[in-house]
Amino acid sequence: MLNKTLTLALMDPPYESANSTTAFRIISSALRKGINVNVFAYEGAVHLPFKEQAPHPNPVKGTSVEQEDHPTTKAFVASLLQMGAGDPLLSWVNCGLCVDERGAANSIEGVKRGGPADFFRMAHESTNSLVIATK
Amino acid sequence: MTNYVFIESRDPFDPNGSRFIVEAVTGLKRLDNQVTVFLVQNGVLGARRNARHSHLPALTRAGVKVLADDFSLRERGIQSVELFPEVQQSSVDALVDLLVHNATKAVWH
Repeated sequence: MLNKTLTLALMDPPYESANSTTAFRIISSALRKGINVNVFAYEGAVHLPFKEQAPHPNPVKGTSVEQEDHPTTKAFVASLLQMGAGDPLLSWVNCGLCVDERGAANSIEGVKRGGPADFFRMAHESTNSLVIATK
Repeated sequence: MTNYVFIESRDPFDPNGSRFIVEAVTGLKRLDNQVTVFLVQNGVLGARRNARHSHLPALTRAGVKVLADDFSLRERGIQSVELFPEVQQSSVDALVDLLVHNATKAVWH
């Protein structure tokens, strides 16, 4: 779909809500359709692409890191950024103040730092915007 | 007339889980808007026709289109034959198509 852009504002931190998974699915679907996507990650969502996330074993089940194959949200975001590396384009902006509050500056490559004004601009320039707020 | 897409993610059987959707959606429909409710995550739990006191029949009677995310249904072991006949099984791909349709307002709940 030419010249279409979807903007999403995300607020949930990783591993706490199915909202993150649904957001990833929406972003993936839009990119596969050739739709540009902007993401403005606010509050806890700035940790979604946090580089220091690590998969872990499960000592209760006695399984290793490899056996668990634990998915990290940073890996999902990296895959989406790879899908949206050109045309269509995925632009991911982390709220800078939210990042500083949470010590979440060490993001994976491709994540930009910005502020609510970026969300306003992205929403203004988009075909539509969706705010996925915390419950 | 405006197109509205409400994405309902909440369990309708939680306290006040469905009240907002029912009031907002039926109100917008009465004002002659085109309204679609897309059920996702625990929002699909009300789509089972054996669900007691589901709010969804009231929505479809009001002329609201109700769609249910196939992935969320599968995650919860709900098969299409278990759904209210007025509820259509759908997908995130269809949701994205709705979202980028012109003059559409999207509300996540």
